[in-house]
Amino acid sequence: MSTHLPLLPAPEPPPPDSRPGPSWLPASAREQLATTPFGLYVHVPFCATRCGYCDFNTYTSDELGPGASRSEYADTAISELRMAAHVLGPDLPTVQTVFVGGGTPTLLPAADLAAVLAEVRDLFPVAADVEVTTEANPESVTPASLARLREAGFTRLSLGMQSAVEHVLAVLDRRHTPGRPAQAAAEARAAGFEHVNLDLIYGAPGETDADWDASLDAVLAAPVDHVSAYALIVEDGTRLARQIARGEHAMPDDDVLADRYERADRRLNAAGLGWYEVSNWATGRAARCRHNELYWAGGNWWGVGPGAHSHVGGLRWWNVKHPAAYADRLLQGYSPEHDRELLDGDQRAMERVMLGLRLRDGLPLEHLSDAGRVRAAELVHERLLEATPWSRGRAVLTARGRLLADAVVRDLTD
Amino acid sequence: MAGTVTEPARTDPARIRNFCIIAHIDHGKSTLADRMLEVTGIVEGRNMRAQYLDRMDIERERGITIKAQNVRLPWRTAPDTDDAGIVLHMIDTPGHVDFTYEVSRSLAACEGAVLLVDAAQGIEAQTLANLYLALENDLTIIPVLNKIDLPAAQPEKFAEEIAHIIGCEPDDVLRVSGKTGVGVPELLDEIVAKIPAPTGDADGPARALIFDSVYDIYRGVITYVRVVDGRISGREKIKMMSNGVTHELLEIGVISPDPKPVESLGVGEVGYFITGVKDVRQSRVGDTVTLQHKAAAESLGGYRDPKPMVYSGLYPIDGSEYPLLREALDKLLLNDAALVYEPETSAALGFGFRVGFLGLLHLEIVRERLERESGLSLISTAPNVVYRVVMEDGTELVVTNPSDWPHGKMEKIFEPIVKATLIAPSDYTGAIMELCQGRRGALTGMDYLSESRVELRYTLPLGEIIFDFFDALKSRTRGYASLDYQEAGEQESQLVKVDILLQGEAVDAFSAIVHKDKAYAYGVMMAGKLRELIPRQQFEVPIQAAIGARVIARETIRAIRKDVLAKCYGGDISRKRKLLEKQKEGKKRMKMVGRVEVPQEAFVAALSNAEPSKK
Ligand SMILES: Nc1nc2c(ncn2[C@@H]2O[C@H](COP(=O)(O)OP(=O)(O)O)[C@@H](O)[C@H]2O)c(=O)[nH]1
Ligand SMILES: C[S@@+](CC[C@H](N)C(=O)[O-])C[C@H]1O[C@@H](n2cnc3c(N)ncnc32)[C@H](O)[C@@H]1O
Ligand code: SF4
Ligand SMILES: [Mg+2]
Repeated sequence: MSTHLPLLPAPEPPPPDSRPGPSWLPASAREQLATTPFGLYVHVPFCATRCGYCDFNTYTSDELGPGASRSEYADTAISELRMAAHVLGPDLPTVQTVFVGGGTPTLLPAADLAAVLAEVRDLFPVAADVEVTTEANPESVTPASLARLREAGFTRLSLGMQSAVEHVLAVLDRRHTPGRPAQAAAEARAAGFEHVNLDLIYGAPGETDADWDASLDAVLAAPVDHVSAYALIVEDGTRLARQIARGEHAMPDDDVLADRYERADRRLNAAGLGWYEVSNWATGRAARCRHNELYWAGGNWWGVGPGAHSHVGGLRWWNVKHPAAYADRLLQGYSPEHDRELLDGDQRAMERVMLGLRLRDGLPLEHLSDAGRVRAAELVHERLLEATPWSRGRAVLTARGRLLADAVVRDLTD
Repeated sequence: MAGTVTEPARTDPARIRNFCIIAHIDHGKSTLADRMLEVTGIVEGRNMRAQYLDRMDIERERGITIKAQNVRLPWRTAPDTDDAGIVLHMIDTPGHVDFTYEVSRSLAACEGAVLLVDAAQGIEAQTLANLYLALENDLTIIPVLNKIDLPAAQPEKFAEEIAHIIGCEPDDVLRVSGKTGVGVPELLDEIVAKIPAPTGDADGPARALIFDSVYDIYRGVITYVRVVDGRISGREKIKMMSNGVTHELLEIGVISPDPKPVESLGVGEVGYFITGVKDVRQSRVGDTVTLQHKAAAESLGGYRDPKPMVYSGLYPIDGSEYPLLREALDKLLLNDAALVYEPETSAALGFGFRVGFLGLLHLEIVRERLERESGLSLISTAPNVVYRVVMEDGTELVVTNPSDWPHGKMEKIFEPIVKATLIAPSDYTGAIMELCQGRRGALTGMDYLSESRVELRYTLPLGEIIFDFFDALKSRTRGYASLDYQEAGEQESQLVKVDILLQGEAVDAFSAIVHKDKAYAYGVMMAGKLRELIPRQQFEVPIQAAIGARVIARETIRAIRKDVLAKCYGGDISRKRKLLEKQKEGKKRMKMVGRVEVPQEAFVAALSNAEPSKK
């Protein structure tokens, strides 16, 4: 179900509907704008160096072409924001969350991020309690830059810590020192950030149980209200994948990853950080990342930036991947959309299960098919779903079930 | 009238020489046959394809002869004449042990045999096996060393070996090269001089031996015969003596080297006929053909129904291809009188067929032809032999499938045995003995062919040979040993059925009948293999090997603990959904054994190593 909308090469005259405009959204999607929470994502595709495990859409060169260099990037992103407002208008949805991610957003001057946020406020109605997050690498923030971001309206900071152990950071190609993430978190708190998150990765080659405990110790000692912990994924095409293929590193072992997850879950819960999504823990409802919750609940959002994904009312689209191609499109007044898919009923149902089941709040059983509900009862018996929520009409994963979430989803959507 | 005496239908038997070539595989039989076609002038050099007589693709590719072909060649009466006064009928016999019966029928159609031995290899097991068959048929043997052009040829040494076996002088052994053609005319002259002309009762009721029968998509079944008595002519109705069925003759002819229709075939002549039947079963190798109106009273003897020795289940990997498999088998059946099959259902593998084969090569050929000619991908279960079980209550049953192994009290169990001949450099004697002992073999004899080469004779259970005997032999003797065997009845043995259970449920495809002393080893091997091949499930899966209710080996597939992608892909929800969809596709291709999901590939891999090795 994917149609190619405005595809460039410039010399040819653009097809009639390639200019951005309201016709871009099918009526079925537009209908849901008013009734569904709305957010904005802004992708910043730059990093100082690329970590060996990372396959995100990010570039270490500063010479990416007109409109795509770091200094011009904010302006380019702003032009897409304007296009978004034009397409979604005239009755614009209220922005509930903004998330600036990467890459390393904080490679841009704080003033640039502030300018992007200011443009959002100019273009869109913004909720009074809007959540505005930026990702940051620990070494790329200072008390001064954090203060500037806070002043601009950022309310939440998400720091890529990954580990507190030197040799693990080295395997992961991280540039910061073991103590820096906690220090950056403290600086953020001092600058007035109410919500601070630390990202962890477990199962890196060479990481021991003791190393993982040390990372958990460091996170628990830091002034944060949110933790994300991800099992290391060896993505195709990364340097890490090549190192493993050459036998320089061992592939992370699933049983070890499971042990680490259970250990993290136990310790975080004991310290008052409860799980609310398979890989996310927070001190309370208010500390949850509302932007991510919007993704998981099937909300609407516009993703700005190269390779960014958007979703409005069952229509998903994504931008061209390379920053130069992206900037080029926008400079010429065309949409940077690369491709789109309009989800059918089955696909939407499948996504609802896939996303909803990962949440502490779980999935209403009525979102399952008849067969799925029968299977759910069996899964309670198999201790993959919690019994009490199930008896109240919700499918909620047990700790064991969270580690087998994909299998449970496959089971429930057969 | 010298010109007419060698014309088909009117050939004086005194001018006919019927012979075959017997050789171990690769000793150069097909190549020599090609040279003979050339030397006799019936195929010109430029039309010569390598191995003209091996017609099937598989034969050409694998360089083996599966189906016998025959050809009529003109040749001179004596070396110093140029008269084409002789008719040679060359019958190219299959060389492999699986087709012993076909070989024996081909031999029965001849008066003499060229015993062809590679001058760089010496006598091998197949040479001996076929030589003994030829001697049983009273054939005149002409010993020949081939490949004398090879630098590694040792004609003196191997002429000694041959002389020692057949009781001639080393000097009597001819030397040829199928490659260069050296010695080939001399060999043909020797055939004329040494091999007796056929004799038969020209005026008696017609009798002809069917020594081959092949299916041709255009012409139906083509039957090859050697006339023994009387005359078969195209205007008459023929009768098969095994079952009395009569057929109209549509065509009768000779091959030289392409089919040529003739009026009739007389005593000693070799040719073909076509009746329009579509199934080789209606024109069986070994049967005697006579005329309806003046039928012979007695058949030539020696006919027997082909008897499958080895059974295996064949299943399409893709279950929806079952009808295609049926069609392909039906088609193959037209051309293969030895093939038997019936539908079978396996809890693990779905719908398939239980197929009976003459032996392992036959199995491989059939499987390969099915895959090649019909584009099927197949799983074959571990092959088994045919067992005879006598129950305590006196009832008797024949088991061709481990699933049919009886549950009640068994009094006696019989398994087929073979007489095997193994030839190897004497350095490997110990290794071979060790192997054969491990396979429950009994040594029955041992001879030195020469100082450095030994012939060992064993009685072995056929069931022990069809596993991986060839591979084991090859690796223990670095490929220097050769093996041949012939069925030799049955013996009583202590056999048991080993079941493999996943989560307590027997997987029929993995059951095997083995000797009780080997049950444990089989169980451990199979359970270990499956532990590696079956992916971890959400629950622990015990794998057990059991004899009846008694567990003899056990492995455990630990429960999977992690099956979740923890990383967030930001807003790229499509990526995650597509991944799940792909995983779900994979799940559909799993076979369910109880609650256990077993990938198709696990079945293939688990069964493939226990499969016959390529020889
Ligand atoms: N050098 C040499 N090679 C030969 C000769 N005869 C056959 N070969 C080779 O030996 C191999 C087996 O020959 P083939 O006729 O297929 O043997 P078959 O299995 O007995 O029919 C082939 O590679 C032939 O080319 C020969 O006289 N000299
Ligand atoms: C979008 S990334 C960018 C964050 C920021 N640039 C940084 O690295 O500090 C967000 C998080 O994803 C996680 N991540 C990235 N690649 C991963 C991988 N291959 N396996 C597991 N987690 C990964 C890391 O924890 C990272 O902090
Ligand atoms: S800093 Fe973050 S986005 Fe950049 S390469 Fe490393 S993990 Fe990827
Ligand atoms: Mg051959």
